[in-house]
Amino acid sequence: MTRADVLGAPVPGLGEALDVVTGLDRSLVAGLLRPAPAQAAALVSLAESVSGTPLASRVAEAAENVAAGACGEDHLTAIAAARMALLGAVHDGLLGRVDEATGRARADWTAPPAEEACAPHLRAAARSWLCDLARAGWQGIDHDLVAGSAQVISAMLADLRLRRLAALLDGFAAELAASCPGAALERVPERRWADLWSRAMLLAHPGARDGLASCTTTGRLLPLGIDLHEHATAVQAQVHAVLEPADGGPARLVRASVSAPKPDTVVGMGVWQLLRPHLSLLAACGDGRSMDLAGMPVTGEGDLLWDDEHARPGAPADAFATARAALAGAVTPAVAPLDRHPVRICEPVFLDGYTAGTDDGAVTFTVAGQRLAVDVGRLPSAGPLTHALVAASTSCIALLRWDAGAFTVQPLAVETTVRQQTAAVHAGAWAGGTTQTAGVRAERAAAEAVTVLRERAGRLLRR
Amino acid sequence: MWERQSGARVVAPARPRKLAKVPFVELADGRLQGVVSSGSDIERVYVSSIGAGDHAYSCSTNNNRPCGGARGRMCKHLEALIDEAILQFGLDRVARYLRVDLGAAPGGGPEAIRALHGPASTAGTAAAAPVFSRFLRHLAYLELPPTTAPLPEMHWFPPRWAAR
Repeated sequence: MTRADVLGAPVPGLGEALDVVTGLDRSLVAGLLRPAPAQAAALVSLAESVSGTPLASRVAEAAENVAAGACGEDHLTAIAAARMALLGAVHDGLLGRVDEATGRARADWTAPPAEEACAPHLRAAARSWLCDLARAGWQGIDHDLVAGSAQVISAMLADLRLRRLAALLDGFAAELAASCPGAALERVPERRWADLWSRAMLLAHPGARDGLASCTTTGRLLPLGIDLHEHATAVQAQVHAVLEPADGGPARLVRASVSAPKPDTVVGMGVWQLLRPHLSLLAACGDGRSMDLAGMPVTGEGDLLWDDEHARPGAPADAFATARAALAGAVTPAVAPLDRHPVRICEPVFLDGYTAGTDDGAVTFTVAGQRLAVDVGRLPSAGPLTHALVAASTSCIALLRWDAGAFTVQPLAVETTVRQQTAAVHAGAWAGGTTQTAGVRAERAAAEAVTVLRERAGRLLRR
Repeated sequence: MWERQSGARVVAPARPRKLAKVPFVELADGRLQGVVSSGSDIERVYVSSIGAGDHAYSCSTNNNRPCGGARGRMCKHLEALIDEAILQFGLDRVARYLRVDLGAAPGGGPEAIRALHGPASTAGTAAAAPVFSRFLRHLAYLELPPTTAPLPEMHWFPPRWAAR
């Protein structure tokens, strides 16, 4: 990162936009079925905040109707869209800061070819459930309301084209179920649930489209590290990497993903075991190797649509060498319009010359006078990188993120000094397998858990 | 501030445990409930449950035959269910869900939950079929295909493991 100092500077308009979002998030706590004056006022603020955009008339109409007690699906869709548009603007402001800090150029967005919207009935069923949620509010949720999503989610999970929406709804519904009855909740994760709700409303909209490959790419792929995402019944690993195109064009940042639904008892090492067979890149990361790509499909967002047919193992490549030599000059991919949300900011950066400290148990890095909180909660549980190693590190490959008003860094790998020697420790080091004692034991236990479940499934499922 | 955090942790991640005895456990529908493998017949499973608040218990096979051991007291299936639930969700969450005051119970700890003594529950027995079908749905997740297309929404779900 070339200029960490700009991360502390205020983004114009960000506070005002977030205040409007916060107002709407509060109004979803009690639900929109019979809005109180404060909730109606929050909707008016939302409408005013998008009055200069193409959403203006639809959101104004929605605010008026919902305040009058007529809370229809079209109105709720307009409200969700306005909320996401505001957060999109917040995202853009923050991303401008990120680009200043990294000094990297960002590619322009090119829209993928339009695809026919699939499964209209399932999407409609999902919207209908989401509308019921918004009317009831988080305080109004109960087991019956939450269970109403189960059939839709099961049907969606079977259709790969709907996996984004299915994985989102499944994780959301599980959190709601664990929080029932809503009337007894002491605290409500207002921003989070409103986020999940509004994103799901938009993804369930008949016009929503998934990212398609816009072209293919050929060149050398140099992995930086692995980011893991996980809820009770789904897991995703994303490999961040630098791609050096064979045609001599500028190096670019790309991601390769693999995800799978899972039973909630498959955790820790078990999730790597699920993902490993479907992305050879995970093993390459663990071995410290590059991969050579030929004709690999890639989206306009820099997401490789991985297919082992188009990849073969390459020469050894050290992630820290890549980070030092190639990261600063690589071109950063564009963000798809619908995906613009602060939670999506995950910018690979290389940090060194910082002061690591612990403050009340929380790790911080002070980089060029700018104090950044280190988000150790994003470290995978099955991996060698611990809180203590991060706090003792001297350099770090990280993802720059933003949440709840501040930038944070999520370590993907650190360098520490062990017995006067520099050693690199990667958060995702066990993704492809491990020979470390603790890891081997975890591998065996996780494999046994999956074997038991498969045995039970084989015996009980097809009766 | 937690309320203003998009990536706020709402549910603690499940902790790894052995699944041979109790392949499925959940805190749902106002009960701690789950599926317990029979110790003697590999083809048979029991659906066991303990109600929150009233601590009413039930234990029957997935074909709705009552468990022989659950007459007037906890059977070994219920004991196994409690132990595994504590492993998976943690003692505090299980106690909170069942509304057991750990501080008030003699000895505190897991014993407070193992010593629960509620009435036999007909609602729990009636719920055996839905619990079993949820268990099957849970197993079916193993059969769903993985994908290498990105799921941007998963950024809302960090592992959120407690600091190690």
